[in-house]
Amino acid sequence: MKWPSFAYAKAETIEQMWHCLDEAGPDAKVIAGGQSLLASLAFRLSAPSALIDISGIEALKGIKEEAGGLQIGALTTHAQLGASPLVRSHAPLLSSAIPMIAHPAIRNRGTVGGNLAYADPASELPACLVALDAVIVAVSRNGERRIPAVKFFVDLFETALTEDEIIAAVEVPTTRPDQLCAIEEVARRSGDYAMAGLACSLDMPGERLTKARLVFFGVGPTPAFARKASQALVTSGIAAAQEALADDLDPSGDQHASPEMKRHLARVLLARVVTKLTPAKSFAA
Amino acid sequence: MKTRAEITLTINGQRMTRSVETREHLVDFLRQDLGLTSAHASCEHGVCGACTLRVNGQIVRGCLVIAASLDGATVDTIEGLSDSGEIRDLQDAFIARNAAQCGFCTPGMLMSAADFCASHTKADRVEIREHLSGNYCRCTGYQAIVDAIEDVITARAVKGART
Repeated sequence: MKWPSFAYAKAETIEQMWHCLDEAGPDAKVIAGGQSLLASLAFRLSAPSALIDISGIEALKGIKEEAGGLQIGALTTHAQLGASPLVRSHAPLLSSAIPMIAHPAIRNRGTVGGNLAYADPASELPACLVALDAVIVAVSRNGERRIPAVKFFVDLFETALTEDEIIAAVEVPTTRPDQLCAIEEVARRSGDYAMAGLACSLDMPGERLTKARLVFFGVGPTPAFARKASQALVTSGIAAAQEALADDLDPSGDQHASPEMKRHLARVLLARVVTKLTPAKSFAA
Repeated sequence: MKTRAEITLTINGQRMTRSVETREHLVDFLRQDLGLTSAHASCEHGVCGACTLRVNGQIVRGCLVIAASLDGATVDTIEGLSDSGEIRDLQDAFIARNAAQCGFCTPGMLMSAADFCASHTKADRVEIREHLSGNYCRCTGYQAIVDAIEDVITARAVKGART
């Protein structure tokens, strides 16, 4: 459908954005790349009275090296994230997730901040950020607030952001040499939302697995950190971790896959990703 | 706050100022206000790729771009790329390989294909397919489209090696 009517204003600074939001009233929304929000308007899932375009705000742009990791500005597009040598060296998991996120024409406009704020449960970046233990930096009129990714995604399309906050940046810790990361998903078409996906980070000092963070997406209302399976993987190996998934995941079905199919895919993905990252001998049986 | 905006932008090399409704997306602006009908309004929620256009040198979904946001932007459509001859070899290859059947997806396909050819000097069918994954062909004529793009990349590489 055509978009419903909305007023539109472009803010060049964060100050201007607050001003525009005050002027526009409570039903206004902030828009960056618009690749999720404008589609939701077309579906009439959302009908904001006004859209405040923040895509020109310089303070929200850029990828910077900082102590212990990277700070990725909210307006970084998926294409910029995928092309960044800094991201490739500090957080290769994010680089490898990019080709799975929609299609080139969408990656050219969709932003990291928009992706996280929309909080689609089948989206790749939220799961990656939980796996990497990243921090989301929110900004309001009162200043900044840092929210761990694992606490940021509250429910279906719902985040820990309050009404008067926007995402300013994401802080991603540098992946250590003994930390192995990978992402895999199963989708009907390359670039479509996944029926099930897995972003994972494994600590492997030497030959032994000491810690695992298995974070599934597309199998619940938020990215699902499979704590029991992660623990079981460390202590008992792949088969035990697959068993433990029954406790960790409780997926609802959607038009692409039933709950049973999603559970099955999660088990398959677990074995696929872990086998890819580690030689089988690393695991205690 | 307004529901109309005045924008000055460059479309196919021509600078113009227009008043647009803020709810209008780029495809409707091109088709209905300017009579440039190459970008097709189809799914209108970013899935099918029939409205693929170039904004500031990058391919985008025209149906997911607010026309009012394009003040100062440069927009290229297939009409412009046809006139300039930029993708003549690609268009010729699409004809030679019969890569257009009903033709509905063709302008979007050409935009995505041109984007791929501009950044790749080697033809890899898997990569071509990946780059076109966001463009639906309702006739399912993908094989011929990939053939055409492969031909162009190979021909451009040979030409590049000679010069």
